[in-house]
Amino acid sequence: MSFHPLMEYDPGRFHHSERKIADEGAPFVFTPERRAKLDEILTEYPPERKRSAVLAALYLVQEQEGYLTANGMRHVAGILDLTPAEVEDVATYYVMFFKEKVGKYVLQVCRTLSCALNGAERVTESLSEKLGIKVGETDPSGMFTLLEFECLGACDRAPVVMVNNEHWHEHATPESCSKLIDDIKAKGEAALSGCHLKVEK
Amino acid sequence: MDPVLTRYVREPNGHTLDFFLQHQGYEGLKKALAMKPGDVIEMVKASGLRGRGGAGFPTGLKWQFVLKDTPLPKYIACNADESEPGTFKDHVLMERNPHLVFEGCLIGCWAIGAKVAYIYIRGEFYHVQKVLEAELAKAYDKGYVGKNILGTGFDCDIVIHRGAGAYEAGEETALIESFEGKRAQPRIKPPFPAVSGIYNCPTAVNNVETLCNVPGIVLNGVEWYTSLGPDKNFGPKLYCVSGHVKKPGVYEATMKTTLRELIFDYAGGVRDGHRLKAVIPGGSSVPMLLPDQLDIPASFDDVAKAGSMLGSAAIIVMDETTCMVWVAKNLMYFYRHESCGKCTPCREGGDWLYKILTRLENGEGSMRDIDLIASVAGNIAGKTLCPFGDAAAAPALTTVKNFRSEFEDHVREGRCTVPSDWRGWRVAAGAH
Ligand SMILES: Cc1cc2nc3c(=O)[nH]c(=O)nc-3n(C[C@H](O)[C@H](O)[C@H](O)COP(=O)(O)O)c2cc1C
Ligand code: SF4
Ligand code: FES
Repeated sequence: MSFHPLMEYDPGRFHHSERKIADEGAPFVFTPERRAKLDEILTEYPPERKRSAVLAALYLVQEQEGYLTANGMRHVAGILDLTPAEVEDVATYYVMFFKEKVGKYVLQVCRTLSCALNGAERVTESLSEKLGIKVGETDPSGMFTLLEFECLGACDRAPVVMVNNEHWHEHATPESCSKLIDDIKAKGEAALSGCHLKVEK
Repeated sequence: MDPVLTRYVREPNGHTLDFFLQHQGYEGLKKALAMKPGDVIEMVKASGLRGRGGAGFPTGLKWQFVLKDTPLPKYIACNADESEPGTFKDHVLMERNPHLVFEGCLIGCWAIGAKVAYIYIRGEFYHVQKVLEAELAKAYDKGYVGKNILGTGFDCDIVIHRGAGAYEAGEETALIESFEGKRAQPRIKPPFPAVSGIYNCPTAVNNVETLCNVPGIVLNGVEWYTSLGPDKNFGPKLYCVSGHVKKPGVYEATMKTTLRELIFDYAGGVRDGHRLKAVIPGGSSVPMLLPDQLDIPASFDDVAKAGSMLGSAAIIVMDETTCMVWVAKNLMYFYRHESCGKCTPCREGGDWLYKILTRLENGEGSMRDIDLIASVAGNIAGKTLCPFGDAAAAPALTTVKNFRSEFEDHVREGRCTVPSDWRGWRVAAGAH
């Protein structure tokens, strides 16, 4: 790498990637339903272009295991005629794939400008306090993981919290998020609405 | 102007096929299928439609560039990655007007001779994707998509492809790489996607909003379209206003509308008791404008003349409670995080800038650091494979240029001196 003449360096940390490469996990095969779903997705691409379905296949692994295990990725590689390294290469690039075990509910607070201008930092802080964990951690019960996320494309509803890559909680405040946690604890999945503004409409 | 693209977004059933058909839905497609593909392209060219994804490139021209004499299949790639911070217009179009997106894709396919349109939607829009999938199934059922569309013998499929969280996947060649099941890293251009795109076949990459403009042009004609908006910036445009405004949201207007009108009339202005400090007119990647620069039409050309870019028309508004050193750091975190890592200036430079800005924001920086920003950012802008590099350099460069005294205050006082009522209570030094 090159060096900037005026730059001070912190020794030992040149590269900023802190991504963890997956652990082995349990032995893995898709459930028959998921396998059928993947086969259906494969029909949408030319037969010699199976690789296009790799993101879809990884979503299915994540759905089954909760995160991407090395065994899961190898299984995908086998189906799509790729090497395990090729699958891992893709998997480690995209932020919606978890490379280590996460909680049952992953809370992702948008931290980009419009959300931050509307109080996202306070939302993150209050969630962190309520759950007793820092950003990036999972609580001891294995129920919640707290993460930060980049702009979700809903800045008019800032701040936004996304749960499990699918469900959105908009116009978040420390109070509404505290309630969300309580609701999830009480009702589980039922507390999540996809996109709560839609439900309000 | 009466909204064209978003007229029915508040109707509870506005997104359904039945509703769409009652309101001239798929009429543009019918008319297009009765025309020669070349004539459709000519029509889009004459309308002056410019791409809404960021660059403002003429859409008709892009379609004309798609290779004609080739045995290879051709594709439309509908860019629904919408990740530019501050942008949320395609979100609304897809969720509330999905059939308009399909109609645009189908006309595009007819025009360039493609048999498949792939909609690459960002993974976070899963609830939107479900709406699209449900409506697409209905459109297939009723013969608007699939084999022998409307009995004309034209076959065309639409496939929805889910991304997995990567800003860079919005760049057209990175989108193609990602679509092919690889990392979202751009390709070297040329060849442009029009010659070699998806699976190395000719491909037109078009933004969602761009494609949504096409049915109206075909149905209502070029004259109608060019009557909306100033010269060379025709048609309806969606603006996303967010940040410190009273009524953030998506607003449809012509490009005659000024930035000031958009912020103060449409979006209700800044919060009561506050003053406007700075505005980012086109998504986080473009240079910011000051309050006295807002009396210009929000068009591609006028915003460019003012030294910025209309980009994705994402207007982010900041009032006087906003510390500009913090803004630069917040956005730099984004670019450092999202850099695809393919070229060194962007990958390493972004990290350096973030570190310098962090120390300045914490009050641990020196005056020399302020000049260092210009030096490092200057070595990123214009020296990278894709425009991401320029985008990453912009926030740091424009904040230093316009608000240098705030950076100096941080150094002198050793802390942030801008009071704010929304920053974290315990934002620890060097958090993140
Ligand atoms: C870093 C980067 C990110 C981009 N993100 C998007 C995006 O999210 N959505 C989009 O439509 N275009 C995006 N673009 C622009 C596309 O490369 C491309 O110009 C656009 O999709 C073309 O469509 P249009 O001609 O209809 O605007 C991005 C470009 C760059 C350089
Ligand atoms: S400028 Fe940045 S995002 Fe673009 S190709 Fe280079 S490293 Fe990747
Ligand atoms: S900044 Fe949070 S959704 Fe855009």
